[in-house]
Amino acid sequence: MRWRYFKQHAFFAIVRLAAFSIAAAIGAFLVYILVNGIGAISWEFLSEHPRESMTKGGIMPAILGTFYLTAGAIIIALPLGVASAIYLSEYAKQGPVIRIIRVGVNCLAGVPSIVFGLFGLGLFVVFLQFGSCILSGALTLGFLILPTIIGASEEALKSVPQTFREASLGLGVSKWQTILRIVLPNALPGILTGSILGIGRAAGETAPIMFTAAAFFTAKLPSSIFDEVMALPYHVYVLATAGTYIEETRPLQYGTVLVLVALVLGVDLIAIIIRSYIRKKKRW
Amino acid sequence: MRTNDSIIQTKQVNFFYGTFKALIDVTMDFEKNKVTALIGPSGCGKSTLLRLLNRMNDLIDGTRVEGEVIFEGTNIYDTGIDPVDIRRRIGMVFQKPNPFPKTIFDNITYGPKLNGVRSKDAQETLVQQSLEQASLWEEVKDILNRSAMTLSGGQQQRLCIARALAMRPDVLLMDEPTSALDPISTAKIEELIAELKRNYTIIIVTHNMQQAARVSDYTGFFYLGKLIEFNPTEKLFTKPDEKQTEEYITGRFG
Amino acid sequence: MAEKAHTSSVYDRALQSIKENLLFAGALAEQAIQRAMTCLLERDSDLGRNVIDSDMQIDRLDEEIERKCLDVIALRQPVAKDLRFITTAIKINAHLERIGDMAANIAEKAIALNEEPQLKPYIDLPRMSDTAQQMIKKSLDALVREDCDLAEEVIKADEIVDSLNDQIFRELLTFMMEDPRTIHRALLIMQIAKNLERISDHATSIAVMIIYLVTGRNVRHRDKMEKTK
Repeated sequence: MRWRYFKQHAFFAIVRLAAFSIAAAIGAFLVYILVNGIGAISWEFLSEHPRESMTKGGIMPAILGTFYLTAGAIIIALPLGVASAIYLSEYAKQGPVIRIIRVGVNCLAGVPSIVFGLFGLGLFVVFLQFGSCILSGALTLGFLILPTIIGASEEALKSVPQTFREASLGLGVSKWQTILRIVLPNALPGILTGSILGIGRAAGETAPIMFTAAAFFTAKLPSSIFDEVMALPYHVYVLATAGTYIEETRPLQYGTVLVLVALVLGVDLIAIIIRSYIRKKKRW
Repeated sequence: MRTNDSIIQTKQVNFFYGTFKALIDVTMDFEKNKVTALIGPSGCGKSTLLRLLNRMNDLIDGTRVEGEVIFEGTNIYDTGIDPVDIRRRIGMVFQKPNPFPKTIFDNITYGPKLNGVRSKDAQETLVQQSLEQASLWEEVKDILNRSAMTLSGGQQQRLCIARALAMRPDVLLMDEPTSALDPISTAKIEELIAELKRNYTIIIVTHNMQQAARVSDYTGFFYLGKLIEFNPTEKLFTKPDEKQTEEYITGRFG
Repeated sequence: MAEKAHTSSVYDRALQSIKENLLFAGALAEQAIQRAMTCLLERDSDLGRNVIDSDMQIDRLDEEIERKCLDVIALRQPVAKDLRFITTAIKINAHLERIGDMAANIAEKAIALNEEPQLKPYIDLPRMSDTAQQMIKKSLDALVREDCDLAEEVIKADEIVDSLNDQIFRELLTFMMEDPRTIHRALLIMQIAKNLERISDHATSIAVMIIYLVTGRNVRHRDKMEKTK
């Protein structure tokens, strides 16, 4: 009896330790970034162009570039992802073909992001001759987050009770109308949550945009989707590895990282808020 | 029997889930403006038959129907028949109340709107009529814009009936409509069924034999996919023709 | 019963106990007739008073059976065969209770007759009572075995009792016309005969109910309907 009691407590202690150590690591990481980066943050830093070989000035073009790229990625990936999810979960006859497609989608999610970068370089930049630009970058990022969006959307569609579909179909409403009027509206919150998490991922990726969109430095802001842009993650990479004055830009590096982390966490937070709001409203 | 007034007939219907034969040679005649109850133990095929009558079984992959289901002279399984049209004429109420997470008003008008009832006036009339027919109007007339999810289970089920009635169907299929409800809500639905039979033909699947006895004019007893006995309800419950029916309804089963 | 047991054994036991009580009530009724007749034939008035007292036992059994039947209706909502059994049991019960009353009636009349010298040797009366008792016995056997043929025999036997009753009536009529002093005793005997005739009617009704129980057919007014045709 005592031995069992002891074993139980030992087990709880181990799992508790695991959970706390992860939380501690994340906490330490965030605190470290915050402490080192907060000094660099100022209105000037957020709103101005980099100056003097990027040792001074702000990161505004990189913020804007990241915004363009992620917005572009979501515009491309959301309709495509939702449409595929609808096909997979609502229309397709479940069978070997669908299973293969689903496995493929899952594999896609596990592909290293640098491979996406090379794929984007090969297809969009070179073969389709878009060059290194917002369009190529957004397309590449779009493909990168596609599995996330398909997965989240499929999950959201599946969570719509079958009884809703039956009710609608039983009223003599066509399948297409049922999906449009009943299934999608009820799945939308889940789809949005998944997409926002996708945005977070897209905003933080460096590898896919390295060869397809990101510029070392641009003097002007982009004027079309065929222009190169600066982007936050790439900017950090450049400052930390490729600059002439690496040591002098340390504070700027931390500042940029802080902005990037804040951005990604902020986006995730929005997703969490939406999800909890929906859970509260959901009554079935 | 009773062919003159029948609205739906099944002729030697077999139904397969994959290789499993769920219905075997079911031939039945459903009389117009009557309540027909389908009873039998779980898995006997009664719900399968019900869902076959408005082609709801189409939605399940790997199913197959043999034989004919004649609704007002046409076989609803003929090629070229759109199941959507069939389901407009043959409505369905399910086991668990399943209103949409919309307002009460929108729940009722959902189907009709998609079928061209656009004017606000027509919609309002329809909502009132349907809710009155479902004996729910008095309870909800002041809260039509509230979410249907706030209603009680019994009210939700009557809303689902009203929603089905709003499509002006000829036949109403009910799949264990009171199995999730308390006795009072159940009594209200049963009372409603008696009312509705004046204008609609009702086919109801129920696990509750007393309910079948209370609400129906005809009762069919199913066992292992076969229609064992189909008789006027009072006959089936006092002197059934078949020994299996007798054993089932008196509780001498299994 | 010959078929499968109920899934609920409590239900089965309730039905079984109603049946057993009915058989017991039947046996008591039969015995009461037997004793009332012995009281008459052997001029044993004590036995007669015993019959009158023990009628209470049948009455109490009647109440118990009725309560059990109502319980089954309220708690089990019987259908089909079970429903027919319960309605049959309620009716059989009422008939048996009436038979008990009539046996007590016969005993009363017999005691009164024992106060006076015997009017005549009893020949048809014992035959009547034997037949009536046989009818009760057979109808209860028919209940146990669910035997329609046996029940039909009971229904036929009613005619024998009826004609014996007519015969006794005519015979006593001649007695009364010859000697008015016999009127009192003759009337008492007539009443006994009438009671026996009624008892056989009740036995017939029980048999009719058993045919309903087994077949679901109601033959109660068969004869009347055939006649009107």
